[in-house]
Amino acid sequence: MFSRFRPIDCDLHPMVPGMRALTPYMDEFWRDQVEERGITTLDTQSWPVRSPKTIREDWRSEDGRGAATVGLLQAQSLDRLGTDLGILNPLYGVQLVFNEDMAAAFTRALNDWTRAEWLDRDPRLRASIVLPLQSIEASVAEIERLAPDPRFVQVLVLVMGEMPLGRRQYWPILEACVRHGLPLGIHAGSAYRHPQTSVGWTSYYLEEYAANQQAFQSTLASLLTEGAFSKFPDLRVVLLESGVTWLPSFLWRLQKTWKGVRFEVPWVDRLPTEIVRDQVRLTVQPLDAPEDGAIVQRVMDQLRSDALLLWASDWPHWQYDGDAAMPPGIPESLWPKLMRDNPLATYGRLREGVVA
Amino acid sequence: MRGRSTGSRAVARIVVAPVGEIPAGGRKLVEAEGKRIVVFNLGGEFYALSDRCPHQGGSLCAGLVSGHVESREPGVYHYARRGEMIRCPWHYWEFDIRTGKSWFDPKRVQVRQFPAQVTTGAALVEGPYVAETFPVKVEDDYVVVDA
Repeated sequence: MFSRFRPIDCDLHPMVPGMRALTPYMDEFWRDQVEERGITTLDTQSWPVRSPKTIREDWRSEDGRGAATVGLLQAQSLDRLGTDLGILNPLYGVQLVFNEDMAAAFTRALNDWTRAEWLDRDPRLRASIVLPLQSIEASVAEIERLAPDPRFVQVLVLVMGEMPLGRRQYWPILEACVRHGLPLGIHAGSAYRHPQTSVGWTSYYLEEYAANQQAFQSTLASLLTEGAFSKFPDLRVVLLESGVTWLPSFLWRLQKTWKGVRFEVPWVDRLPTEIVRDQVRLTVQPLDAPEDGAIVQRVMDQLRSDALLLWASDWPHWQYDGDAAMPPGIPESLWPKLMRDNPLATYGRLREGVVA
Repeated sequence: MRGRSTGSRAVARIVVAPVGEIPAGGRKLVEAEGKRIVVFNLGGEFYALSDRCPHQGGSLCAGLVSGHVESREPGVYHYARRGEMIRCPWHYWEFDIRTGKSWFDPKRVQVRQFPAQVTTGAALVEGPYVAETFPVKVEDDYVVVDA
């Protein structure tokens, strides 16, 4: 379908079928704990399994689940779309666990499951290192443990966590990202430490899914104002399943206000839009735009760059029908950049051993 | 208070005030030739800017005078040039009193600057400039702005 572009899919979601899939990757204590406590699943309400959005209907297995094996990924996405490389972003609810030690053990198991059951089974696959953000030390340790494997090309956190992600307590993690050439991937979803909106808890899934956009805005503002981008100019941040079209209007407001109060953040020493353009990337599924190409082009003009956007199918989330995995309205002239050039420029580790 | 150059340039030489009337760190607003101009005394040097913020027209004379803060890394504040930055009272955009330039976009966003200097009363009385309503004394010094 897209093979002539040798596309790189930047957001694929293997779904853990249940905790028993992970116990082989735990030590005996945690393996027994899972059984003794009867922990059957870490599915979270950020992606309710039965929600139409979570798994496209024709990609569901008979049990109503999906995305459980590499075979499904190959048949439903990689082979159909002609994907050259794909980045796995597992979204199992390890971030919701409160016990730091349990969180670290479950997250290690998740990452090892991804490595053994996905990366080892298809050479086209790469993955993100899921972080046990409940502990900054454990997060750094997990990066150090897995970074020697070049198939891990990014680290992955949720956009709604314990604290705004720019806070300086987190900087040892950012430092480790930069040291190993790993972008910080921030995906939609909540660890439920706080209400999913700044005005309180939501009643409906619809509210919650839409609220991710607010969280991305606040997270971007946090990284910028705390000085994370200034401290780590080589840091790349990738917003995953964030939507795109909110970015220009949000940056307009942020930058306008910065002009008046930049003295409180003097390390933000150039236009915030320029910093974002240099250090932030976004996946295009969803794009959050009408199908009118002229309107999409206006958004592109407002972004003032064709280097910001990365193609992603968001498999198995239901963002499109059939094989229409590129959001309508994005001109085909941009496809080579979105599908190949921009991912290669963003993910240093993808470039190793790959023909540009 | 105003004098008009006898030359061909359409520049008015405005006698703002006796030097002693604008103390160091002080400022004075003058209106002349249809312009509102704010004159600052920075340690004995005088600078004149349009009183109109290039953003939306706020009166800079009513703004806060502060210093300039820079940072070589997050959490480190290098504060210098106290008293040399004026912030518009409306949206706090900051401008360098010495140049009129904004800090955040000095090429494109700046306040119009006018030449200001100190001139003797004798020169004003005898020179090509005629003070119209301002009582100029030969023995005093005056702040003068070309606008």
